[in-house]
Amino acid sequence: MPGKLKAKIVAGRHLPVMDRASDLTDAFVEVKFGNTTFKTDVYPKSLNPQWNSEWFKFEVDDEDLQDEPLQITVLDHDTYSANDAIGKVYIDIDPLLCSEAATVISGWLPIYDTIHGIRGEINVLVKVDLFNDLNRFRQSSCGVKFFCTTSIPRCYRAVMVHGFVEELVVNEDPEYQWIDRIRTPRASNEARQRLIFLMSGELQRKIGLKVLEMGGNAVVGYLQCFDLEGESGLVVRAIGTACTLEKISTFPATATHPNNSSPSKDMKDSPQAAPSTLGCRSTHSSPVHSASSRLSQGFSVSVPTLLFAGMKPRHRSSEVPRARQCRPGFGEEAPGVPLSSGPPTPLRAQTFSSFSPSKSYSRQSSSSDTELSLTPKTGMGSGGSAGKEAGPLKALLRQQTQSALEQREYPFFTLTAFPPGFLLHVGGVVSARSVKLLDRIHNPALGNTRSYKLLDWNSFTADEPETRDAWWEEIRQEIKSHAKALGCHAVVGYSESTSICEEVCILSASGTAAVLSSRFMQDGPLDTEHRLSRQPLCVFSTGSERVEGDMGSSASLGFEEVVSPGCGFCHIPYDELNIPFPAQLTYCYCCRRYKVPDVLFTTIDLPTEANVTGKGCLIQARLCRTKKKAQGEGNATAISSLLPFLEYELHTQLMNKLKLRGMNALFGLRIQISVGETMLLGLASATGVYLTALPSPGGIQIAGKTPSDITYEQHISTMQKKINDTIDKNKELYEINPPEVVEEIIGSPIPEPRQRSRLFRSHSESSDEVSELDLSHGKKDAFVLEIDDTDAVEDIHALLTDSPTPAGFYSCNTEIMPGIQNWTSAIQMFTSVRVFRLNANLTNQGLNKIFSDLCENLLKSLYFKLRSMVPCCLCHLNFTVAIPEDELIQVAVTAVAMSFDKEQPLENGKQSGEKTLIKAITENDEQLQFNLELNAETSSHNPLSSPKGLSEVGSHLSARASSLEKASPLPEGRSRSLRSNRSYSGSSVAVVKMTPLSFIPGAKIIKYLGIINMFFIRETSSLREEGGVSGFLHTFIAEVFAMVRAHVAALGGNAVVSYSMKECVFMENPNKNQAQCLINVSGDAVIFVRESELESTSVQTQSATTHTSNGGEGT
Amino acid sequence: MSVELDVFVGNTTIMDKEVYQLWLNGYTVNDAVKVRIEGGVMEECEASAEVLLSDTMDQYRTFQMCERLLHHPAKLANQLLFQIPPDRQAMLIERYYAFDDSFVREVLGKKLSKGTKKDLDDVSTKTGITLKSCRRQFDNFKRVFKVVEELKGPLVENIRQHFLLPDQLARDYAAIVFFANNRFETGKKKLQYLTFQDFAFCAGQLINNWTLGAVDNMMEDMDVDLDKEFLQDLKDLKILITDKDLLDQHKSRVNNETSHPLSLVCNALRGKTNVFNEMEANFKNLSRGLVNIAAKLINAKDVRDFFIDLVEKFIEPCRSDKWTSIDMNLYLTHYTNSAHILDTFKHHAVWTRYMGVIKSCILRMYHD
Repeated sequence: MPGKLKAKIVAGRHLPVMDRASDLTDAFVEVKFGNTTFKTDVYPKSLNPQWNSEWFKFEVDDEDLQDEPLQITVLDHDTYSANDAIGKVYIDIDPLLCSEAATVISGWLPIYDTIHGIRGEINVLVKVDLFNDLNRFRQSSCGVKFFCTTSIPRCYRAVMVHGFVEELVVNEDPEYQWIDRIRTPRASNEARQRLIFLMSGELQRKIGLKVLEMGGNAVVGYLQCFDLEGESGLVVRAIGTACTLEKISTFPATATHPNNSSPSKDMKDSPQAAPSTLGCRSTHSSPVHSASSRLSQGFSVSVPTLLFAGMKPRHRSSEVPRARQCRPGFGEEAPGVPLSSGPPTPLRAQTFSSFSPSKSYSRQSSSSDTELSLTPKTGMGSGGSAGKEAGPLKALLRQQTQSALEQREYPFFTLTAFPPGFLLHVGGVVSARSVKLLDRIHNPALGNTRSYKLLDWNSFTADEPETRDAWWEEIRQEIKSHAKALGCHAVVGYSESTSICEEVCILSASGTAAVLSSRFMQDGPLDTEHRLSRQPLCVFSTGSERVEGDMGSSASLGFEEVVSPGCGFCHIPYDELNIPFPAQLTYCYCCRRYKVPDVLFTTIDLPTEANVTGKGCLIQARLCRTKKKAQGEGNATAISSLLPFLEYELHTQLMNKLKLRGMNALFGLRIQISVGETMLLGLASATGVYLTALPSPGGIQIAGKTPSDITYEQHISTMQKKINDTIDKNKELYEINPPEVVEEIIGSPIPEPRQRSRLFRSHSESSDEVSELDLSHGKKDAFVLEIDDTDAVEDIHALLTDSPTPAGFYSCNTEIMPGIQNWTSAIQMFTSVRVFRLNANLTNQGLNKIFSDLCENLLKSLYFKLRSMVPCCLCHLNFTVAIPEDELIQVAVTAVAMSFDKEQPLENGKQSGEKTLIKAITENDEQLQFNLELNAETSSHNPLSSPKGLSEVGSHLSARASSLEKASPLPEGRSRSLRSNRSYSGSSVAVVKMTPLSFIPGAKIIKYLGIINMFFIRETSSLREEGGVSGFLHTFIAEVFAMVRAHVAALGGNAVVSYSMKECVFMENPNKNQAQCLINVSGDAVIFVRESELESTSVQTQSATTHTSNGGEGT
Repeated sequence: MSVELDVFVGNTTIMDKEVYQLWLNGYTVNDAVKVRIEGGVMEECEASAEVLLSDTMDQYRTFQMCERLLHHPAKLANQLLFQIPPDRQAMLIERYYAFDDSFVREVLGKKLSKGTKKDLDDVSTKTGITLKSCRRQFDNFKRVFKVVEELKGPLVENIRQHFLLPDQLARDYAAIVFFANNRFETGKKKLQYLTFQDFAFCAGQLINNWTLGAVDNMMEDMDVDLDKEFLQDLKDLKILITDKDLLDQHKSRVNNETSHPLSLVCNALRGKTNVFNEMEANFKNLSRGLVNIAAKLINAKDVRDFFIDLVEKFIEPCRSDKWTSIDMNLYLTHYTNSAHILDTFKHHAVWTRYMGVIKSCILRMYHD
C-alpha cells in the first residue's frame, strides 16, 4: 500500500533581498507532505543558496500521494523575529504515480507568493517509489492516466471506450470562514490554494477509482471545474471519458489511425469489466429525483438545426409549477405558443420558409418530463426495437454493477474527436440549463476547527437531500432525453459549466446527440443485449464497413453497402417521418442515398474524414440582455424566464451568420451564458464550414412586413444588396464553390412529409409569399428576415458589422481548420483578457452593440498582434465571458496562432476516395522523404508542403501530385526561424511550447507525462504601484505561464497540449488600491520530437502502420 | 464606457522592434501611437487607432516588466517569466544599452552621480532627446560603471560578459566607464568638435596601453585606472625639454629625418616647404607641449585636462599651420623614433608607451 516519496532540495537562485541591511537573504527550505515536515539548513547571506540537501523521505499511503501536493516553502531565517516566508512551490506528485508518465521531477521551479508573485526559483528533485497495490478495496487509483485532450491521445490506441465518469467534491471556502477575518490575506490565499490542490487530487483519485471499476485505465477529455459559490462553499467537479488505452508502440505514430487490429479482438481483449468491485465505495448513482428542490427551473433546448426551445418545470417543487411552454421561433406558429409570463415580445416575428411540425415539441416535452427510464418512441420504422431498449434494460441494469448502470444512465462522451468508425451519425446539439438558488452547504461534520479537512460530499447525500450532484443528475437526464428524441443513444462532445452571481447559479450542459458504433463500447453479457437492441439504430443508415465485424446482423438487414466515411456522420439518425424539429431533409449530396438535414450544429470537432468544401471560419453570436435587480427566488425566476429568449436569439444569430458566410454546418459550438446582477450575457462560438454532403444554404432574404413608402423599400433593397454582396464575398474568401448539382435526385419513394417540405424549398415554381422578391441566391430556399421592428434592423446591422478577418488570417474554435493542412512549426499560444466598464442605463440594443464591439475589437487586436505570423490561423479560439461586477464585462480569450505555408489550391468537392488517395500520398511521400534523406528543413514540416517528395512519386499520382507540386517551397525566412528554433535548446531555459490543441504541427508526441492542473491566487494591495489592473493581471498571467512551463520542464517535457485556462476570476477595488485574481489552468505535459528528427526507421514503421489502417479504410 | 483592463500575454513574448525603439526613445504611449500611425502600419494591417493604442500600451507594459531584467542582462537568459528566443534577447539587450552619441558627449567624463543626473533635463533640452531616454542612458552608464569598477581583468571583456553586449558596444561602454572614472574633461568648447567615437578610440588606446592591465592583465588592479608607475616614469621624459642639448639634438634629428632625400615620405613634405619650415620653427613649442603633458599626468587634475591639453598644445598650433594629417603622421613618427637615437636619452620604453598612444590619439583627433 505505501509508497515512498523522496525529495531533495538542490539550490535556489534569484531570491529576493530579505535583509535590507546586508541586501542578502539567509534562506532555508521546509519540505512538507501531509503532516510531515523536513527542513534544510540555513544557507546564510546569499541570493543564490546551494543547499544540496539530503533526500527527505516520506512514507505515505498512495491515497495521500494522489490527494496531497508536495509543499515546498522557502523562508528567510531571522534570529530575532519570526522567519519570513519568501514563497511556496506546490508540486503535484500524480505524474510520478503512473509508470508510463514521468519518472522524476527535476528542475528549476518558480517560488511563488500570492502577494508578491514569483520570487526566485528553486531547484528540486522529487521521486516516488511505489509498491504495487493489489488490494481490490483500495481507495487509491494510482496508475490511471488522465488526459485533458478530448480525443484519443496520439501515441495511444483506444481498445475500449467505457463511457462517462463524473465526480464532485465540496468544501467550505476558506475565504469565507470566520478565521479569515483574523488572518492575513496571504494565509487566506494559501489556505485556498492548498485546499483546491487537495480537492483536485481527491477528485482525480475518485474518478480514477470509477475508471478502475469500469475496467478502464485512463480518462480522456478530463474536464475539471470550480464553482466558487462564495458563502455556500466551494465545489470542485470533473467529468471525463473512461477508456482503455494501449500504447501504440515505442515509435510514435499518428494516432489518428489507431485502429488496425480487428474489432472482434478488441472486444475479447477488454479487461474484465467492472462487475466485482461493487461495494467498496458509495456511489451516488441512486436516483435522487425525488429530492425536492427549493427552486429549480429547468430550461432546455435541443438544437439540431436551431428551432427548438423549451422550458418546463423540472420537478414538482414547492414552487408554483411553471407549466408553461414556450417555443419561440417557430415562424408563423410562434404567436400560437402560450407564453404565460409575457416577456416583452422577444419573439421577433420571423418566417422560416421551412415547415415545422407542431407535434415535435410536445412529444419532446413529454419525453423529458416523464421519468427517464422510459424511452420516447422515437425510433420508428427501422428503429422499431428502440422502444424495447430502455425498460428491460433498465431492469437488468439495476441488478448489475453500479458502474455499468451509470454508464447506461449517461451515455455521454467528453471526447470531441473520435477514432474513425466510432461516430456513425450526428443528430444535433442538445443542451440543458437550469437555474438554481445556492444554499449554504450545511455539513455537521464540517467543523470550523478543522478548516482543511476534506469532505466527500457524496458521503453526506443522505443527510442533505439537495446536493449539487442531484442538480447535475437532473440536467444530465434531460440531455439524455433530448438525445433520445433525436433518435440518438449517445451524447458526444459533452461538457458542463456554471455561471454564478450571488446566490443564483445557472447550470448548463451541452453536447451533440450521436449514434456511435458499438465496437469501442463496453462489452459484457448485458452489453450484447444492449447492442442488439441498439443495432437497428446504427444500421439504420450506414453500416460503415469498418464496423462490419461486430455488426454482423447488419448484413442480414441488407444495409451492408459501404457509405463513404466523409458523409456518413451527416446522415440523420432520427426518423424522417417523425422529425423532432422542423428541418428540411434532402438526399446526401455525397452518396445520394441517405437523408441529411439542411443545417447541422454540433459541439464536436470536424471529423477528419469529413468532406468539406472550402475553408471554415469562426462564427460568433453575442447577446446581452438587461434584467432587473432582484433577490433570491424572484431573481432566479426572472433569469429562467429570460433564458429561452436568450438562447433562441443566439441561435438565430448563429444561423444568420452561418448563411451570410454561405456555410451549412457548425462545429465546436459552445454557448456560454453568464449571469450578472443586472444583465445576462450570451456568447455562442462555433466554427462554420460547408459540408459537401449537406445542401447549399439559401441566401438571406429581407422582407419588410408593412408595405410602406418607397424610401423604405429602397432601404430594404440596398440592405438586401449588401447582404448578397457579403455572401458572395464570403464565398470567395472561404473558397466555397460546391459543384453545381445537376438535378435533384430524389430517391423513390418519397415519404409524405418530405414532399411537403420540398414544396417549400423554393424552386422557381414555388409560390411562396416571398416569391415576388428576387431570390438572388437561386433555387435554394432563402432565409427570410423581416424588418418590421427595430430588433431585426439591429440584427441585420449586427450581421453586416462583423468585420471580415484581415487578409492572411483565418480563425476557428476547433482543433482542425478545414482546408488548411500545411502547418509550419511556428505556433504562438496566447491569452488576452479585457474588462469593459459600461455606463448605467443602457438599453438592450446599446448593450448588444457594446458587447459585440468588445468581442470584435478583441479579435481585431489579436489579428494585429499576430500580423507577423501571416499567413496564419487562430485555432481553438476560446472565448470566456463573465460579469465580475455590475457594469463590468470581462472577456478572456485563449487560442493558438499557427502559421501555415502558402496555400495550395485544393480542388473543391473532392470525393472521399480521392481524399484517401491523398492520405496515401502523404504516407508515401513521408516514407520516401526519409528514405532519401531529404533536406531536413523541408521535412520538418507537414509532408504535404514538401513538393520534392511528391514529385518522386508523381508517376503514379498524376493530377493531384502535379497540383501539389506547385506548392511553393518554404520561404527562406521561415526556415531561418526554424533554425533559430533549434538553437533554443542551447539556452539555459528550456523552451516549452503551449497549445490548446491536442497536437503540435510538424512534430510527433512521443510521451504523455501527466496532467497539469494548477490553481493560483494573486492578490495585491498596491495596485497602482504594480501598473494598475492591467499591469497586475499581465504579470500574473505571465507568471502562470512561467509556472506551467517550469513544471512541464521539470517533468522532462517540452510542451503542453490541450492547454486551457478554465477560470480567470478577477476582482478589483481601485479605491482601496487592491485587486485579486484566481486562475486555473490545465493541460497535458508531453514530450514531442520534430518529425525531421525522427529516425527514418521509426518513420517507416509508422507509415507502415498507417498504411494498414488506410487499407482498412478502403477506397 | 471604457476599457478597464486590457492585456495580451503570449507564451512566447511578442515584442515589436519598432515599438521597443519608441519606448526606448522615451515616447509616451500617445506619441508612440501617433508615430506608428504616421508610419502607416494601420493601412498595412487593416487596424484602427484603437487597436494600435491597445497594442502599444500592451507592449509598453511588457517592456516595463522586462526592464528590471534588462538591468542584469545575464538574468534575462535564465529567468522563467518571459519566454524570449535568444536572438530576441540579444536584440533587447543591445538596444536597451544603445545610446545616442549626442547624449553621451554631454556626460562623457562627468561623474556619474546624482548631481549629474539632476542636470539631465538640461541635457535633454539641449540634445532634443527625451528626459526619459536620457535617464535610461545615464542609468545604464552608471550601472555598468558600478559593476565593472570593482572587477578584475580586462574592462571590455568584463562588460561584454556581464552585460552580454556586442563587441563594439562593450568597447564604447569601456570608454564611457574609463572616462567617467578618470573624469576626463570633454565638455570644453575647444573639444566640441570631437565626436564620441574620437574619444572612444582614444579611450581604447589609453586602456590598452596606459593602464596596469595593459602590462599584465593577471594583475590585481583593473583596467579602469591608469598605471601609476608609468605616470611616475613619465616625469623622466622632461629631460627631453629641460636638457638644452637633448632638445636641439632631437630637433635636428627630426629635421634630418624629414629632410633626408632618401626618405620616401619626405618627398611629399618637401613639396610643401612652407609646412616644413613652420614645423622647424615650432618644434620646440610642440615638443615642450607633449613632454609637459606627459610630465604632469601624475596629477589627477592634469589627467582630466589631458585632451584639452592635447588640443591646445599640439593640435591647434598644427592646425593653424595648416598641417595635413599626413604631415602630422610623418612628423609624429619621426619625432618618436628620433628620440631613441639620442645619446643621453634612456627612457625608451616609457617613451614608446607614451608616444604610441599620443600619436594615435592625435591622429584621430586631428580633424575639423
